[in-house]
Amino acid sequence: MLEIDNLTKTYADGLQALRGCSLTVPGAEVVAVIGPSGAGKSTFIRCINRLVTPTGGSIRLDGTELTALGERGLRGVRRHIGMIFQEYNLIERLTVMENVLAGRLGAVSFMQALLRRFPQADVDRAFELLARVGLEGYENSRADALSGGQRQRVGIARALMQEPRLLLVDEPTSSLDPKVARSILALICELASELGIPALINIHDVGLALRFARRVIGLSAGEIVFDGAPAEVDEAALSRIYGADDWRDAFRQEGEEDRHVAGEGMAS
Amino acid sequence: MSTMIREGAAPMPRPWHRYSARERLARFAAWLVAVAVIAWSATTLDIYWPFVLDAPEQVADLAGRMVPPDWPFFLQIIDPMVETLNIATLGTILGAVLSVPVALMAAQNTTPNQTTLWLARVIVVGSRSVNELVWALIFAVVFGPGATAGMVAIGVSSVGFISKLIAEGIEEIDDGQVDAINATGAGRGQVLIYGVLPQVMPTIIGVLTFRWDINIRQSSIIGLVGAGGIGITLSNQMDSFAWDNVSVILIAIFAVVMASEWVSAALRRRVT
Repeated sequence: MLEIDNLTKTYADGLQALRGCSLTVPGAEVVAVIGPSGAGKSTFIRCINRLVTPTGGSIRLDGTELTALGERGLRGVRRHIGMIFQEYNLIERLTVMENVLAGRLGAVSFMQALLRRFPQADVDRAFELLARVGLEGYENSRADALSGGQRQRVGIARALMQEPRLLLVDEPTSSLDPKVARSILALICELASELGIPALINIHDVGLALRFARRVIGLSAGEIVFDGAPAEVDEAALSRIYGADDWRDAFRQEGEEDRHVAGEGMAS
Repeated sequence: MSTMIREGAAPMPRPWHRYSARERLARFAAWLVAVAVIAWSATTLDIYWPFVLDAPEQVADLAGRMVPPDWPFFLQIIDPMVETLNIATLGTILGAVLSVPVALMAAQNTTPNQTTLWLARVIVVGSRSVNELVWALIFAVVFGPGATAGMVAIGVSSVGFISKLIAEGIEEIDDGQVDAINATGAGRGQVLIYGVLPQVMPTIIGVLTFRWDINIRQSSIIGLVGAGGIGITLSNQMDSFAWDNVSVILIAIFAVVMASEWVSAALRRRVT
């Protein structure tokens, strides 16, 4: 159970990325977060595992308050929050297996990580996950030798390797072509429901969001302006999220080759 | 009204100058200063012109004594040459080990705080501003003359170069990969070896082989101040005016430096 209450984030340059967002995800549920570029989607998701430090508000995961944690406590919680990134963020010069096993770094010692001597149980599970995401036989390929879709599959396997209690997914499909994007998103949703964990997915492609999510959150200028089922996302809702004129553009992106909207203003 | 485009009239001249009058004046002043500096330097050097004019004769004389080289002497310099290579190699390794913490402190994105950043910069500048020969003199006093002093001198004088360049490599890494490792709950050390090190590896290997190459050159002269290697032999032969032996040593140094340059270039090509 993820409970976010009145979350705010103001960057050092004065930019108010989040202005009091509250959200409760009671159980296993795929939640899509949609909104225009610069609405604060990336900041919102990164505040949860504190890659971005929130300015105010509270975040509780299964009852643990995350905003007050010290370094050690934070590492303990991050161990159980899997994250999937837009640019995959694999360690490019390492092999697929090393990348997947990176998901266990929170559970092994420094020397084990240095010498790459992971427990056999972890190696077994990594092989299982690689097969599950369709990358059997790729364990010794270097990450930079893979295609975009394959890299994102490695990213998914790495996140699942953590045995996560929550999945954070930041624009998983923006760097992929539409067909691959759909299969990647389908895989993420499938695995989330298999594991029975909530997944928070930032996505600017409304069509994909409506197709795969069970719940849609609309962010606009740092505020949650919509929260409901995909079926409730109508013209009125979209113009609330994207502004009266712009929502059609947001929709039209579906099926287009280039999914990059102007640079993610608040990405980091 | 139509004065500008009147038919048949000559076009208005449009003067163009690369520099404005003010800039021309400034440039002239800069030239004057440059000439003054050169003139001043030359006068303070107090050059003794008869010696300068005499130089070609001296060169011819020295060349006459250096040629032909005394080739059999080569057998006697194999040991000091090997020692030179070993000083360079071990010195580079020592420098690399000492550079690890310095490089991490000198990079903006891995340094713990502003104090460590400042400290690392002092170390880098300190190591680089003191010449190898001076380090060798210092360590020859500390360890006594010999190869140990040479190795430590080479190591310490390499720290600035190695850690500065590796720190620059660390500052250029992709933060996204580091974010991803942080997000797994990895500890600080694990983030370094898993998120940072693989990205900097090509830089590290390139910098180390390059520095090894430089160190071979350095270790061949530090013997001049008693820090081991071929330099000691060179200095002895020069002191006893055995110029045909000196030429053998110079040829050997030249060959070894050429070879090391080739090896380090080949190594760098393989990793990048």
